[in-house]
Amino acid sequence: MIPEIGSLALAFGLGLALVQFIIPLVGILTHRWRLALIARPAAIGQFFFVALSFICLAYSFYSNDFSIAYVASHSNRSLPVAYRLGATWGGHEGSLLLWVFLLSSWTLAVALLSRSLPALTRVRVLAVLGAVSVGFLIFIIFTSNPFARLLPVYPIDGSDLNPLLQDPGMVFHPPLLYMGYVGFSVAFAFAIAALLEGRIDTLWARWVRPWTQAAWMFLTLGIAAGSWWAYYELGWGGWWFWDPVENASFMPWLIGTALLHSLAATEKRGVFKAWTTLLAIAAFSFSLLGTFLVRSGVLTSVHSFASDPVRGTYILVFLGVVVGASLILFAIRGSKVAVTSWYNLLSRELLFLINNLILVVVTVMILLGTLQPIIAELLGMGKVSVGPPYFNMVFNILMTPLVFLIGLGPIVNWRQYSFDDLIKRTRVSALVSLMAAGSMVVIESQKALTDLLQIFIGIFLIVWVVLLNITDWWKRGSKKSSNSLVGMTKVSPSFLGMYFAHIGLAIVVIGVVLSSHLSVEKNVRLGIGQSQSVSGYDFKFDKITNVTGPNYDALRGHFIVSKDGEQVAELHAEKRQYRASRQWMTEAGIDANLMRDLYVALGEQIENSNDWAVRIYVKPFITCLWLGGILMGIGGLLAMSDKRYRSRVKKKFGVEENQVIGVA
Amino acid sequence: MNNKTFVFLIPFLFFVAMAILLWTGLGKDPTKLDSQLIGKAIPVFSRSTLQDESVTITNDDIKGPALINVFASWCPSCYNEHPYLMTLSKSKEIKIYGLNYKDERSKGLKFINDLGNPYYQIIFDNSGRLGIDMGVYGAPETFLINDKNEIIYRHVGIVNQQVWEEILKPKIYPGELIHGGR
Repeated sequence: MIPEIGSLALAFGLGLALVQFIIPLVGILTHRWRLALIARPAAIGQFFFVALSFICLAYSFYSNDFSIAYVASHSNRSLPVAYRLGATWGGHEGSLLLWVFLLSSWTLAVALLSRSLPALTRVRVLAVLGAVSVGFLIFIIFTSNPFARLLPVYPIDGSDLNPLLQDPGMVFHPPLLYMGYVGFSVAFAFAIAALLEGRIDTLWARWVRPWTQAAWMFLTLGIAAGSWWAYYELGWGGWWFWDPVENASFMPWLIGTALLHSLAATEKRGVFKAWTTLLAIAAFSFSLLGTFLVRSGVLTSVHSFASDPVRGTYILVFLGVVVGASLILFAIRGSKVAVTSWYNLLSRELLFLINNLILVVVTVMILLGTLQPIIAELLGMGKVSVGPPYFNMVFNILMTPLVFLIGLGPIVNWRQYSFDDLIKRTRVSALVSLMAAGSMVVIESQKALTDLLQIFIGIFLIVWVVLLNITDWWKRGSKKSSNSLVGMTKVSPSFLGMYFAHIGLAIVVIGVVLSSHLSVEKNVRLGIGQSQSVSGYDFKFDKITNVTGPNYDALRGHFIVSKDGEQVAELHAEKRQYRASRQWMTEAGIDANLMRDLYVALGEQIENSNDWAVRIYVKPFITCLWLGGILMGIGGLLAMSDKRYRSRVKKKFGVEENQVIGVA
Repeated sequence: MNNKTFVFLIPFLFFVAMAILLWTGLGKDPTKLDSQLIGKAIPVFSRSTLQDESVTITNDDIKGPALINVFASWCPSCYNEHPYLMTLSKSKEIKIYGLNYKDERSKGLKFINDLGNPYYQIIFDNSGRLGIDMGVYGAPETFLINDKNEIIYRHVGIVNQQVWEEILKPKIYPGELIHGGR
């Protein structure tokens, strides 16, 4: 019964999405305003039915309804309840349902929170969101129904969720990531609405900014969560692999970051208008591309779902219609909204322009690298992939100047800034950064030259960004209050958000540079009771015990870590065998603090002995990667909490609102 | 069409190029072997082994039936796949050769020292040239070769018990497939 309700709810959802998409546009074209206003109730209704359908699927997982094919292949009676919830989006069908559920949630948020918008703009935005929803709902209902039954014969027990996904990370990472992906649909819808209206102004940018910041915040947190998960779950200490699907989530993030900045310029100075709409279209297009790459089977990846050419074809056609139509609209209308504006060679506008150019070039390079296997095959070179060295090189070279500019961004004024002032403001920070970088190189002078160069550049950039942002924050704070520290808390949330995001990024760079150059990794053979010393820490293999988990059996290695004779941590590293799938998983034992991670993973038991191959890592400052990510996320949250986004703008636009209501 | 309109058309043209590219990729399942390689002998090669730079291994050293498993330390799924290869190798059901693909020697060695060595011999292909000749698309990938050293199947993605029992083994030991009715 429950699955049938779920299917039916999806069908109703599709019906209402069609209403939300088509009727308002008809209403606008025929000037029947009452028709147009149906967008909002339709959006609310669509959310209700899609949410109901999602709850039905989650409940089917909770109640172990293995008559549903999707549940039977992704769950198991002994799977803990939290992972059954995670399993809801553990495969193609369910993750698509999550996608469209989050889309309808964003749509609901727009419907409820956009009272200050001119009614026509709101209607157009909702209609565009409805169109996207229609595409995804058709896709789910006709090619990927999660409620399809295995009748009349269905299994007594399910075949279990992939053990790799049985982790708290599976509960948080996909929803956060999808919230980010899908969130860009709002900026996209605003961009299309603006192009349709043929007008973009400061107010438009002010409406779009908090939505973009929200989506960016979720995407940032989602990517950080995914990288943390890979770090502790895969059992060998890596945290980024340039896997096609990681790239697919990173490209919208890069474009989204560019969009945040160009929106700021559009709001404050009315520049980059056409460019901003293009970025808004691009950010969402890359989100759709990610969805395509994971499901079409054109690229292989650890994240790929079972590929199916029909699904791939559908998404590509959908992508073609949505993105193609948007870009044609952009080609026709973009030139009308474009403006020529004046700004000096040295100005914040220029810095933002460089920021945008770098981010877009990095994105295109990553896109080409990701699609390179297809390109190579087309050129008859066989299917070859470029691998991480290409991405690392391209990324490091292009991002270095960008991070350097993060130090200057807050200082340089809009319109123009004097070069002498810039030197005055930055020379102390430059000197301190050079000294910090120099002393780090002296400390690590035994390393290879290329390592030293990277350490030098890395440390310089970190200190540079942190110092310049904090001094600027301090300066702005001292204008607010006689006590600068008090004043720093009174700076407007927009600026606070910016400082958090910039300093967060610098902290991520700390994690990247220090953990990749200063980590010590030892692979040793250890017997029970034996010890191994790694960079000042003594790892003692205390004992090995049998552990019975809810749906796995494990061997747990107990390690006692001490420094200078004092115990600092006890680590549990496990090798688990999951009962249903008979697969083995490694669970690393990690003790983390700000300064270092102690990391132990069990390898294989060495044949004919009681000894084990053990991997021991000491990774300095790696926690900074995720701490920085969280700070950036908080930055996004602070920025969107700025009051000016919520101030009513009715006065200025009251005319239009009245006009619509009046006619209706 | 004036210049300004053309500039605004560039994103669309870029997108069309990308869409065509993706379309060509769509029909071709990367998990399928390029057809021209099926039934052909493994390519002629001469490489050093992973463990010892001075020891050379050539195509004549490969003796099928065997699996040639493409792995690399930079490939996350390989870490996932490895425990089963250890099991398979211990079961002595089939010989497994390793192809350490586009890797650094020290990292490849660390991978083996860490996780154990299921391989009969390991070909060190850091340039990826041999990989290209064999049509390797990424890692992990596993080639099934028969007793005449001909490639008869290419499996993309990890090999686990299910893949071995249901896909690879029936292809190389068809006689053992008693319940083969489908």
